[in-house]
Amino acid sequence: MATELLLAASFQGLIQQIAFGLATGGLFASLALALVLIYRAMETINFAQGEMATFTTFIAFTLFTSLKLPYWLVFPITIALAMVLGVLVERVVIRPVERAPVLTLVLVTIGLFSIFNGVTGLIWGYVVRPFPSPLPTSPILLGGVGISYQDLGLIGVSTIVLVLVWLFFTRTQLGLMMRSAALYPEMSRLLGVRVGWMLALGWGLAAGVGAVSGMLVAPITVLDPNMMGAILLYSFTAAVLGGLDSPVGAVVGGLVVGVLLALVGTYIPHAEDLRVAFGFLVIILVLVFKPGGLFGQAQVERV
Amino acid sequence: MAGLDRRFVGWGASVFVLVLAILGPLALLGKFTTLEFSYVWAFAIAIIGLNLVIGFCGQISLGNSAFMAVGGYCTAIMALRLGWSPLATIPVAAGLATIGGILLGIPALKLKGLYLGVATFALAFSVPSVIRHFDAFTGGSQGIFITGAGKDPFGLVNSGQLTSEQWLYYLGLVLLVAFFLFTRALLRSDVGRAMRAVRDGETVAQAHGVNLTYYKTLAFALSALMAGVAGSLDAMATSYVGPDSFDVTVALALLVGAAVGGLGTMVGPIPGALFYVWVPLYAQQIYKGRPDIAYGVFLILLMYFMPQGAVGGFFRMVGLRDRIRQRLVAAPEPAAGGTAQTTLSSRGLAPPRVDDPVSGKK
Amino acid sequence: MPLLELENVTASYGAVQALHGISLSVDEGSVVAMLGANGAGKTTTLRAISGLVKVTGSIRFGGKPIAGLAPEEVARQRIAHVPEGRGILAQLTVLENLQMGSCLRRDRSGVKRDLDRVFGLFPWMGGRTGTTAALLSGGEQQMLALGRALMMSPRLLLLDEPSLGLAPTIVRSIFETVAGINREEGVTILLVEQNAKLALRAAGRAYVLEVGEIAVSGPGQELARNESVRRSYLGY
Repeated sequence: MATELLLAASFQGLIQQIAFGLATGGLFASLALALVLIYRAMETINFAQGEMATFTTFIAFTLFTSLKLPYWLVFPITIALAMVLGVLVERVVIRPVERAPVLTLVLVTIGLFSIFNGVTGLIWGYVVRPFPSPLPTSPILLGGVGISYQDLGLIGVSTIVLVLVWLFFTRTQLGLMMRSAALYPEMSRLLGVRVGWMLALGWGLAAGVGAVSGMLVAPITVLDPNMMGAILLYSFTAAVLGGLDSPVGAVVGGLVVGVLLALVGTYIPHAEDLRVAFGFLVIILVLVFKPGGLFGQAQVERV
Repeated sequence: MAGLDRRFVGWGASVFVLVLAILGPLALLGKFTTLEFSYVWAFAIAIIGLNLVIGFCGQISLGNSAFMAVGGYCTAIMALRLGWSPLATIPVAAGLATIGGILLGIPALKLKGLYLGVATFALAFSVPSVIRHFDAFTGGSQGIFITGAGKDPFGLVNSGQLTSEQWLYYLGLVLLVAFFLFTRALLRSDVGRAMRAVRDGETVAQAHGVNLTYYKTLAFALSALMAGVAGSLDAMATSYVGPDSFDVTVALALLVGAAVGGLGTMVGPIPGALFYVWVPLYAQQIYKGRPDIAYGVFLILLMYFMPQGAVGGFFRMVGLRDRIRQRLVAAPEPAAGGTAQTTLSSRGLAPPRVDDPVSGKK
Repeated sequence: MPLLELENVTASYGAVQALHGISLSVDEGSVVAMLGANGAGKTTTLRAISGLVKVTGSIRFGGKPIAGLAPEEVARQRIAHVPEGRGILAQLTVLENLQMGSCLRRDRSGVKRDLDRVFGLFPWMGGRTGTTAALLSGGEQQMLALGRALMMSPRLLLLDEPSLGLAPTIVRSIFETVAGINREEGVTILLVEQNAKLALRAAGRAYVLEVGEIAVSGPGQELARNESVRRSYLGY
């Protein structure tokens, strides 16, 4: 009897942790999706993705406080503004090095990281601010597991964003053109596609998804210019785990990373600090057996 | 410039710079600057290692800050807890870091490109938390203060013949020159050729019988070794190591330094290390408000105009001068399309368009 | 009325000059063939028209100068270029390839009509719209490339070596289709081919290139009948 109760309790606890993990994972999933979008467009990782998300989240904050707009307006306006920002960054900063080798591009994005971080701090300062959440944080009981509407919202929004992005790329003409431009730029040109602008749109889309990520993170942590730092790193992990060229992989990877972190934090004693190292080990293990990530395609070397 | 001329100039310049470097602390540089330069030497060593694995072997490894941490903490722990002289800890630090590099090399064999980069980046990211975790050993968040870090085992500092900054400066310089010459010799040998083959195309290299495992692991091991030594020197110069001393920002800054100096060039690490140490200070001066912005803008502009880094850009400029000189001196080139003319003329189908050699008419 | 006119066009790949002053013209509604050995400059000429190489000289399409335009702008003039090797969007499906052909068009009914016409020309496509293009045979890929080009509703079709790597029966059927496209839809065609015999049969006019220059030109039938031309330039 006692053992059964214990078993039930620990199973309950496990589900609880998994639920928390999924919610945290939703945060990583959305930023990981943004990273994957840019990788698919130009085979490079945008180190500045998190900082761009922070910047747009601060814009959202200004819309709240200075213009006193309600959340349901701020959310889409911020996404739209972020998309414009993404297009601008690509056309102005990335365009001169569009065809450059990967490492050059990575370094340019590192430069962008510094710039965005600095500009955010310059405009808004380093005072820590609270960010409103659209959903209540009080926990509700779902099958014996305590989870808040906010947590559900995190998982839900990430999934919705993924579905929308998937629909865009597979069901719309523009999405098809973007896929074609990323895979076969020269042939797409011969079909009349303005490949440069497709790239810009890719950045715009990624920035929009990043903006969503930022607005999901801000209510949970505090809003400050360094908000997305750690999230970016976990999102890298998630993207690589899922496969850098797979949007589905990004979301699944994010959820997996979230759950893993929650489980390690709870079940391995005194291992708060080791969560990150554990995550690193997990990536290595997965990549050794599946070099392209869980859902990605292994990179083929063209001889 | 004839090839021989260029080599002479290269050697001459190196000797000149070396003499300057040796005399520097004695005559030209103040205490603070001397210490700053010991950092430059340390990071130059780390960047030589990074340059080896990325620039010459083509593996995107961003985890060298982890090996610097191994070296730095090794020195700190042995110097403080075991009373070893800091100099003596360097070989141990190097050895441990090398083992770490070999261990990293094993899974790294299966990873390519950005996947490898992100995985090694994650390694770099986990370093501070691992250090914090094993706090009994590492002193946790407090870090370790190393007393006597600036003392040399030969008693020169104690007897006042050298300041400790000068000792660290010269130690770093000697090690830097040693590693530079070693790497240079390595890259000119068959080993270097093999590594470059791996960089330029693994499948092709393998088809030519290059043992990928051996050379990749070697590159990782050597770069880890140098990172370990660099970490050790850094610990000595700072007299302190902490969990954040070798975090992700160090890993990224190393990458930036290597690229800025010029990946795949021999001399690149020197300007790269100078960039690493001095630019953040200058960025502060250029734009007092937010140095990050100046740093970022500078980096982006550098990638636009000199993506091969300072050294690559310099060589391009020198090359340009040569080509201009050739233009002014060389004989006029044959008329464009000359070959085509001959073919058609010989078939008797096309009217001759060049000067008629007999009549001189066009 | 010439739809396409090239005047003294040169083109270089870096330091190597590939075209040394090409002049040709293609009348509207005609089929013109460009023949010659490997490396003669045939593909380069098509690439020059499409804006994929830097050129000097004049290229006029429907009277409008197009030299120096970016490839996507040239395509927007309704010039469809099927490159060497067919340029199939391998990871996309058959339908997606065709949709990419019409990606610029706004007239949905016209697009539907053209799609039906393509399915009429190549009946096998209708049943395999979801197949990944990479899985198709060489002949099927060539037909897909042609179909995709037709989806652009082009005024000018640039075809680069459609017979390359294909079995003779399939080649014949492709040439019949091409001739049919020209006959029934009035699409002007500039055809690059190494298989001179077939090309001359389909073409009204032909140019023979050698080492980046036009060596011979004239009506297709004449060139086909001229033994010395055939032996010197066309290899049969």
